[in-house]
Amino acid sequence: MKKRYLLIALVLLSFVSLFLGVKNIHPLDLFRLSEEQLQVMLVSRIPRLVSILVAGAALSISGLIMQQLSRNKFVSPTTAGTDDAARLGILVALMLFTSASLIEKMIVAFVFALAGTFVFMKILDRVKYKDAIFIPLVGLMFGNVIGSLTTFFAYKNNLIQNITAWLQGDFSGILSGRYEMIYISIPLVIVAYLFANKFTIAGMGEEFAINLGLKHKQIVNIGLVIVALVSVVVMLTVGLIPFLGLVVPNLVTIYAGDNLKKSLPLTAMLGALFVLFCDILGRILIYPYEVPIGLTVGVIGSGLFLYLLIRRKAHDA
Amino acid sequence: MIEAKHLSKSYGGKPVVEGVSLRVEKGKMTSFIGPNGAGKSTVLSMISRLLAQDSGEVLIEGKEIGQWKSNELARKISILKQSNHINVRLTVRELVSFGRFPYSQGKLTAEDWKHVDEAIRYMDMQDMQGKYLDQLSGGQNQRAFIAMVIAQNTEYILLDEPLNNLDMKHSVQIMKVLRRLVDELGKTVVLVIHDINFASCYSDHIVALKEGKVVREGSVDEMITTEALKQIYEMDIAIQSINGNRICVYFT
Amino acid sequence: MTHKWKLGSLAAAAVALIAVFLFANMIGSFDYVFPRRVFKVLAIVMTGGAIAFATLVFQTITNNRILTPSIIGLDSLYMLLQTFVIFAFGSMSLSAELNFIFSIALMMVFVALLYRLMFKREGRNLYFLLLVGLVLGTLFGSLSTFMQVLIDPNEFMRVQDKMFASFNNIRTDLLLFAAIGLALIGLYSMRFMKFLDVLALGREQAVNLGIPYDYTVKRLLIIVALLIAISTALVGPITFLGLLVANVAHQFMKTYRHSLLIAGSMLISIIALVGGQLLVERVFTFSTTLSVIINFIGGGYFLYLLLRENRT
Repeated sequence: MKKRYLLIALVLLSFVSLFLGVKNIHPLDLFRLSEEQLQVMLVSRIPRLVSILVAGAALSISGLIMQQLSRNKFVSPTTAGTDDAARLGILVALMLFTSASLIEKMIVAFVFALAGTFVFMKILDRVKYKDAIFIPLVGLMFGNVIGSLTTFFAYKNNLIQNITAWLQGDFSGILSGRYEMIYISIPLVIVAYLFANKFTIAGMGEEFAINLGLKHKQIVNIGLVIVALVSVVVMLTVGLIPFLGLVVPNLVTIYAGDNLKKSLPLTAMLGALFVLFCDILGRILIYPYEVPIGLTVGVIGSGLFLYLLIRRKAHDA
Repeated sequence: MIEAKHLSKSYGGKPVVEGVSLRVEKGKMTSFIGPNGAGKSTVLSMISRLLAQDSGEVLIEGKEIGQWKSNELARKISILKQSNHINVRLTVRELVSFGRFPYSQGKLTAEDWKHVDEAIRYMDMQDMQGKYLDQLSGGQNQRAFIAMVIAQNTEYILLDEPLNNLDMKHSVQIMKVLRRLVDELGKTVVLVIHDINFASCYSDHIVALKEGKVVREGSVDEMITTEALKQIYEMDIAIQSINGNRICVYFT
Repeated sequence: MTHKWKLGSLAAAAVALIAVFLFANMIGSFDYVFPRRVFKVLAIVMTGGAIAFATLVFQTITNNRILTPSIIGLDSLYMLLQTFVIFAFGSMSLSAELNFIFSIALMMVFVALLYRLMFKREGRNLYFLLLVGLVLGTLFGSLSTFMQVLIDPNEFMRVQDKMFASFNNIRTDLLLFAAIGLALIGLYSMRFMKFLDVLALGREQAVNLGIPYDYTVKRLLIIVALLIAISTALVGPITFLGLLVANVAHQFMKTYRHSLLIAGSMLISIIALVGGQLLVERVFTFSTTLSVIINFIGGGYFLYLLLRENRT
């Protein structure tokens, strides 16, 4: 998997993404856009492309970090309760502070997501049976439990369809003025890159890390904060994109190994590419309507995940 | 007699056991020895139907292992693996009583309880029979499981590294019990064992495996020789005779 | 004797709660209210018992107390079907009978495919089967979400009704059908009951003690799936009920003997459901649903189990 090819594919698909939509804009028109076309570009198409690229890259990286820190290939925001905790947080924000601004909602959701992820890591410590397959099972169950709490409150407040609709991953609602929060992910990704070496070492175990003079707890906490924040930001702007953080890093590490410094940029690019591809697919499948990204990634992602699982089984069986 | 014919097993394309044929004589103690990854435990698992072989066959008293009814086989042959972690909270006596399942299907008769008591006595665990397994040390746990196998009262008793994680005292204790099972009760004991000196001091017959194949087998006198051990372990091992036992000195 | 005493007190509690449920606070004509309450109690006893039994057996087979059979994707598949029916046919929905039978059939086809896939090669890890089921469940969830978003809010209310188990409007013919089904399955599973104590020791011990392991486990898994499918189709999904009652049964009965554990967990399940239904009807006056309460409590209890030093 060469970086070069990924980059070329990314640029090509980005162009496709920009010129795809109900409002017809021909690539040749690029330098003589009408007022209206320019408007469409600036208000809808470019924000959409940017948020796709950022969301794809950031979520994939947060998956990679989680896998490294938990030392389990099948842990990701989807399989560790992070997503569900964030969802609960958003619901709580909706219920308690009805007039809250987006930022306030984000903070509440972030606190929940972080707490959920911490609890999961605590559970990981406690569970003695650390089978690679058992851990994500526990995580998904944990997520289901949090989900049932969400349902409990949502039902009481008649918010079920509301929250379902709002949190379904969907790029079609991305318009300038309503997506900028996603930029918060960019510095987080940079921090992740700066800490890449330390995450790699932390991933080799607490004793190992301490032996090398690393503050293990601190590194883990930084990693989890990044993961929780990215998950919340993406969820609030785009919605839930399941399995992304699981599938992309796994595909990358198969080829590039577990050294984060090396695999992190690849993961970011492949993640962006994957989401971009799924988004374009969703836009052309039932044109002029759209299949939301949550569904396309959900279907393709779970398929890939099952493939990875079976492949892994075939390797050690 | 247990007979294995051309057993093979591979994991993910890697052969672990290749064409192993061997016989286990009745009323003897047979030890499987060999370096790590030789396939000893895999062979033992296949002989005891815990693991299905890719090819070859296992005959128990002339009958293919798959032809036996599970329940009848459980009265003929028992197997104890090295890790015996169970999720259920049981007392020693309750665990041992499970050994009678093949006979009673869970409804124990007075006769069954007699066997349970005897097995507990045999392992010298009367004073701790009411204790829960999770209150006991690793060695005591191991003894409780062996007591269960004794209560199962099978002709053949297969054990996978029964001395694993045990200190010297308990190791010797268990080997003595196994020897008594052979000498006093006429059982056939087969075990996988790492410590060649235990194999040397207690077994009647030794089978050496290496890289998934049987490289050599024979009596203690034939097997515990510098030349044979060189072939098995690729080490020069001096043999000393102490109190009539052949002891391997491989530490320096 | 203490075990008998424990079972006796559970039974007494269950009977007392049922009596309160049946007779207390009777408003309106006896002839109208009473039969309806009897039907509710029957439905509760059946589904509660079936779910408790299925979960206990499932936990024994998997040797794990924090798993429940509801997670292999049956709940999500049921929801997907219900959402699809309303999405596709709108208000002119399927008849209740057809829906019931179709739901069971679909869930069983799913389970059959899943098991087939997993048991094709020997040595497949059971957790692997569960994870595959759970992932497929998440996939079904995404599909349902997609349709739920597109449905108009009025019809969504009908989907929402299906999301939560309810004992309120159960058709008598379906109840009869389910009763016969559950009874037959119960009868068939009797032959495996004596194996359960040994299965709890794990595969190796079970094989050693002469249990036809693969045969038994496959049959039991099918029994478990059937029980869950029937009760889900009858009342709707109650994901965490089984988890709750099976663990409470283990803690309360403190024994390894499944005859006692099963009886205990079924009684606890009935107590939880009748008690919960009383709460929903007479305290919350239907402002929340039974399954939401059960999932809330069951889920919280599950977290407690996970965070406690666990022995798995």
